[in-house]
This record gives sequence, C-alpha cells and structure tokens, in this order.
Amino acid sequence: MRRINSPADLEGLRKDILSKRNRNKPCITLCSGTACHASGSEKVAAAIEQEIEKQGLKGEVDFRRTGCHGFCEKGPIAVIYPEEICYLQVMPEDISEITSRTLKEKKVVDRLLYVDPNTGEKATHESDIPFYKNQERLVFGPNRRIDPKSIEDYLAIGGYQALAKALFEMTPEQVIREVKGANLRGRGGAGFPAGMKWEAARNAPGETKYVIVNCDEGDPGAYMDRSLMEGNPHSVLEGLIIGAYAIGSHEGYIYVRQEYPLAVENVGIAIKQAEQCGFLGENILGSGFDFTIQMHRGAGAFVCGEETSLLMSLEGKAGEPRARPPYPATKGLWDKPTNINNVETWANIPFIINKGADFFTSIGTEGSKGTKIFSLVGKVNNTGLVEVPMGITLRDIIYKVGGGIPGGKKFKAVQTGGPSGGCIPEEHLDIEVDFDELAQVGAIMGSGGMIVMDEDTCMVDVARYFLAFLADESCGKCVPCREGIRQMLKILTNISEGKGKEGDIELLVELSETTRNASLCALGKTAPNPVLSTIRYFRDEYEAHIKEKRCPAYVCKELISYYIDPDTCQACMICLRKCPVEAIVGGKNQIHVIDQEKCIKCGTCFEVCPPRFGAVKKISGEPVPPPIPEEARTIIRKSKAK
Amino acid sequence: MKARSAFPPSYGEGAGTGIMARKKVRTVAMDGDKIDQIIDKHQGDASSLIQVLLEIQSENRWLPKEALDKVSEKLHVPFNRIQHITTFYKAFSLVPRGRYEIHVCMGTACHVRGAPRVLEKVQDLIGITPGETDLDLKFSLETVNCLGCCALGPVMVIDGEYHGKMAPAKVEDVLKNYD
Repeated sequence: MRRINSPADLEGLRKDILSKRNRNKPCITLCSGTACHASGSEKVAAAIEQEIEKQGLKGEVDFRRTGCHGFCEKGPIAVIYPEEICYLQVMPEDISEITSRTLKEKKVVDRLLYVDPNTGEKATHESDIPFYKNQERLVFGPNRRIDPKSIEDYLAIGGYQALAKALFEMTPEQVIREVKGANLRGRGGAGFPAGMKWEAARNAPGETKYVIVNCDEGDPGAYMDRSLMEGNPHSVLEGLIIGAYAIGSHEGYIYVRQEYPLAVENVGIAIKQAEQCGFLGENILGSGFDFTIQMHRGAGAFVCGEETSLLMSLEGKAGEPRARPPYPATKGLWDKPTNINNVETWANIPFIINKGADFFTSIGTEGSKGTKIFSLVGKVNNTGLVEVPMGITLRDIIYKVGGGIPGGKKFKAVQTGGPSGGCIPEEHLDIEVDFDELAQVGAIMGSGGMIVMDEDTCMVDVARYFLAFLADESCGKCVPCREGIRQMLKILTNISEGKGKEGDIELLVELSETTRNASLCALGKTAPNPVLSTIRYFRDEYEAHIKEKRCPAYVCKELISYYIDPDTCQACMICLRKCPVEAIVGGKNQIHVIDQEKCIKCGTCFEVCPPRFGAVKKISGEPVPPPIPEEARTIIRKSKAK
Repeated sequence: MKARSAFPPSYGEGAGTGIMARKKVRTVAMDGDKIDQIIDKHQGDASSLIQVLLEIQSENRWLPKEALDKVSEKLHVPFNRIQHITTFYKAFSLVPRGRYEIHVCMGTACHVRGAPRVLEKVQDLIGITPGETDLDLKFSLETVNCLGCCALGPVMVIDGEYHGKMAPAKVEDVLKNYD
C-alpha cells in the first residue's frame, strides 16, 4: 500500500478499491477467530482453497478469512456472498458440496443451515437467525465482513474516514466535545465517561502525553476485546489515533495479553499497514499531526487490567497498583499525563465521530448510551459474543439471543462482570441492562462477561471459585486485599467442604466490608462482590451447606455421595469398567454397588451411566442407603427367562 | 500410570543436583548470541525487560538462570528485580518444560461445566499438579483462566491443539495420543 497524503487522497483510494471489487462476485467468508480455530476452521480453510482450485473456480470466487462472527456455539461459520447464505458447523468434508452446489449452482445446502430448535424452521441468512436478529451490531458488525489482515478491506467499508474528519474538520476540543456529548462510558468495567477522562488528560500540564489501549482482558469467560483486536484491529487503531489527536499525545501503546497470539499478530500487521499508509507516523494524512504506536505484550497477570498496574507493567516492572490520586490523567506512564481506555471504548470512537453524538445517544438508556458487547457463556444454548443496545433486558439476552438453557434445565442465576461482578437471580431478569441498573442489583457491567448458570450450579462453589481466582491473582501489595480475600476463601472452602459454622455468613459480610473499603485498587475493592451477591440472593444455599451439610446443586464434592439405584441398574458393566479406583462391585447380571469407602467421588460412573437407565444418583445431606444384600443382586432378565 | 515426583514450580533447593543437570541439557538450544540479538532488538532498554523475557521464554520455552544473568548484566537490571518479574507474571517458567504442554481451562464457563473434575483426572493420570513438569519431561501441566472458546467448554489444549467438550471419562483417550 502507498502513503495517503490527504482526505481527498483517502476518498480516491477508497473509490479505487471499490471499483475493483464486483459486488456480485461470489465470495465465501470463513470465521477464523480463536473460537472457530479451536473448532477446526484451519482445516476448513485449507479445504476451501483446495476445492476452489479443484473445481476450476480460481479467479471466479473470492475467499476471505474474517474475524469472529460471534456465534461461537455453531462454529466454524461460513457465509457466502452476495446471497449471504450462512452455513454453520462447517467441516472440511462439507466443502466439496458447498463449492459445487452453492458457489456453482447457486443452490442451498439444507443440512448446513441453522435450525430453530423450537420450531424446526430453517434459516438461510444470518439475519433470519434469532441469535443475530435480536442484536444491534454497530461495533462488532464489520468483523464478519472484513479480513483483519487487509487494510484495503477496512478502507472499503469506510475505514479511517473518521480520522480524516477529526483531523481536518474538527479541533481537538470539538472531538472531546463530541465524545462527551455521546456520553460514551468506559467499556472496561467502571463505566467512567471517556470524554471526561480525555479532557482531564488534555488539560493536564506537560508536553509529553500518552494514550493506551487496555487489552489485558483477564476476566474468565470474557473474550469480546480479543475478538475485536483479532477481527477488526484497524477500528481500534483509528479510535486511538483520534483520541491522541484530541488529547495532544504523540505516543501510544497497545497493551495486549500474550495469551492472545492471534490478536498480537493481527495488531502487529495493522500497525505496520497504518504506518505504510500514513495513518501513523509523521504528518498523518498531511495534517501535521504526528503519532506512533508501540505494542506491549502482557505477561499474564490479571491485576494488570487495572490501569495503574498496567502502567507499572509498561514500565517494565511488576504490575502492582499505585494509590490514586494522582490519577493517570495527570501522572501516568513515566509520570506523564496518560489516558487509558478499553479496546471496545476505542472501537466506538470512529463510529461516534462518523455518525455524531446525537445518533449515538439515540441508542441506549438515560445513563448509558450506545451498545455493549457481551460474551454470553456458560449454561446457555447459543454461546457467543452478542452486541446489544443498552437497556435490553437480561431475559431478552438470555432467552431471545441466547436461546435459553440447554437440556430443559432451570435457570438459576447470571453472573456479570467477572470476578468483580455479582450473580443476578431470576427475580431480576427483567431489569434493563446498563451500568447503573446492574450496580443496583449488586453486580457490575464489567467488561462484559455474562455467565449463565442453571440449577446444577452451586452458588457457594461459584463464590469460592471467584475468590480462589482472586486470591491467586492478588498482587499482594496491600494487606486488606491479600489477607481479606485469603480469609474469605478459607471460610468459603470450609463451607463447601461441610465444615461451615454458625456465624460464617456474618463473618464473610464483615470481611467483605473491610476488604472493599480498605483495598488499594479495584481488584480488592470489588473482590467481595461475588460473595455478597450470592449471600444476598442465595442465602438458603449457604445455610443448607452450613446447617444441613447439604449441597442443593450436588456440586460440592465433600457433601455428596454417589449411589447406584438397584431398581434401575441393568448391570451393564460400563460404570464398573470405567471406575478409576475399582470402587464398584458387581458383575454380569449382578446389580452394581459402589463401595463408599473406596469411592473418590470423581463422578465418572454418573457420567457414563446410559441416560436411559439413569441408575447412578447423587445424594447430599442424607445418608447413603445400605447396599442391597448380595443374594438379591442377581438380575433375572425376562427375555432370557422365558 | 503411576504418580511421580515432579519439578518444583520455581527454583528451589537442589539447584545443581541431578535435576539441574537435566536442565543443562535443555539449555543447549539457547545460545548466548540469540539472547544478545533479542536484547539488541530492544535497544538494551531496561523498560523492555518484560518483552525481552517473553521473547526468551517463547524461544526456549523456559528461562535458564544463565540467560537471566545475561539479561541482568546487559539491561543493567538487578537480578532480584528479574526474579520479582519472572515470579510475578504467569507467562514465565523457571524450570524446563515438558515436550507437551497441557493447558486446562479453568474459566468460569468451563468451571460451571465441570472443568475441576477434568483437571483432577488429568492430575491423576500424569501424576503432577499445575505448574509442574514430570521427571521424564513429557508433560507440563498448567491451568489457564480463560481460553475464550467457551462454547467448547470444558476445554483442554495440548501444544496448541484444542480438545473441547471434555469430560473426565474422555481424558485418558486424549492423553494416549501424546507419546
């Protein structure tokens, strides 16, 4: 690519690219994000290239490997343009048929279409699938149309036009006014208005200022930032350059976790391309504005998602937070004014500049504007990334977009905001999702993890899980966080092992308050949320563990036993063979019995027992029935008895 | 498979004993020139310490003491700070890694779908706990907090190959393929 020297030049190039592209030329796109990669998209891609060649379509069909489409449950996903036919769970062996039937004959391969599990109806186009239909994909939408490694693709959909507009038609103050007017709140967790943050950094004294993209997405179960970085890195770069111009910064950093190799690769390529095209470097687009970006890989520490820890890490030190104030806006990286925003926040900027604050504020609720990308995971039918307008209800997200709970199980709670967030029970499913409403019910928006839990999830175990995570990730600098979390974890572990005592719940609440009030950074300040929210809504489960030594969800290992129901056991020998500790006694036509002394409660028998028998049961809070006497164990089969 | 003792997760006592002698064999691949190249690429800047260490880690799969000494000397960073960094961040390993690296995802989505039981089964079968490498240098076991392929949970990754929808009963069959 050549250097672009003016907005007119940019527009000319875009028209040039579009004129070389034929909208009616068949194009097969394949999702190649990390999730589809894990489902085998690499092999599918090889098969597509091979088949196109083999069936003599080379030059007549385009093949594009795009970023994440979001419907990870059904990956790998292939979409065929211009008809926009959407095939799900595509395997290499399907490619020959797709090529000959759809690409050549323009016919649809029925068996690869989406089937609505409720109505049995098939959907040919992405837009007909309920998962997509109920979303509003402003930021995440372009992902599925462009090859993230191609700047041409980004320019073709109007990329870098917002940058040209900001640099040539707006003053830095106007840019900030627009972002403030849009009331864009930080998508990383706390929801602080981005425009105010920018203004503080702009007004801070000092010549050298920094802007930073925070892609240290450490929340377990959240991966929307990664998908943006992998799937549309230029949108984040464009937002960052605009922000730098507004703030008056000439150096930027992108902080990406090294656990995201594809994001690291694609961002690296995007930076190089942007430099070649003159979107980065000196005299950007001929405007006289200079800006460079460096990438910094995070080395695996959850606390580095906290902004002051991230700064320490950028300086080459251990990621331990600093006390605030002074805020990074006045004293950040190398003690210079610094502005840090999350990936999704930056990716919203080009959209706001292009469409204007008024359009942006027309979406969402009073206090939270625009859309939010969530990663909808856990016990939900349509696992994936969903972008919805602020103000949609949790119920709509889980049932309309997510397709409900698998296996006919009952919904129990949805956890938002990762380890800093809380669990929301059924009674609050109708709240409108925005920053303030979620905080009201004891959770937080966080970066957008949304984990659905069903009746088989133990809430004490969930709280213990998050505390174990946080105890491991606490940097140890301040005592309230380091010791508070550790003590809470001890109590929760005791409760889940049946060693809970009267008064433990009150003690947990007390410790939570201290940890929340006295910790240095957000990690400690929000750490009690999973505990407090589960106590608030599921106190009965805590009490069952403590008083009755019973785990209502049959999860806590120390509180459950496995038992084979002699009435339904068919003596099929499967569990007997699979038991890793030979704890199952029995034989052919001999009803199986678990030796409770030997059993390690690994659950293998429960898992392998054929569902039509369902003979292995979990028991909690009551004694295991005595084994049936040996003489009664022989099964006399009717068919053979005749 | 019977349980074996394992390398400790960080430098412990016994440096220079038989275990360390094995480590030396593995350091042959990392020559001094390569380290110099990596450091030079970052212009010997002390703030790039983490980036330098990450590159050595990915080149050699672990950080031998000789390499760290060299980094300390060339970047003018005290060795104790390097120790601080290498033990603070999870990406670094101070002991050799096995031929196959097993990562069991313990993200929330995998957790609610039963990842702890999968991990237990893996531990049982290979006889080491997370952070350790077995004495044959065959497997290293790690847990990760989220691999971001929650649709496949519980997930286990062995040397970049994803094994989705895991269950304790499936673990043995998967591990059999790595020898």
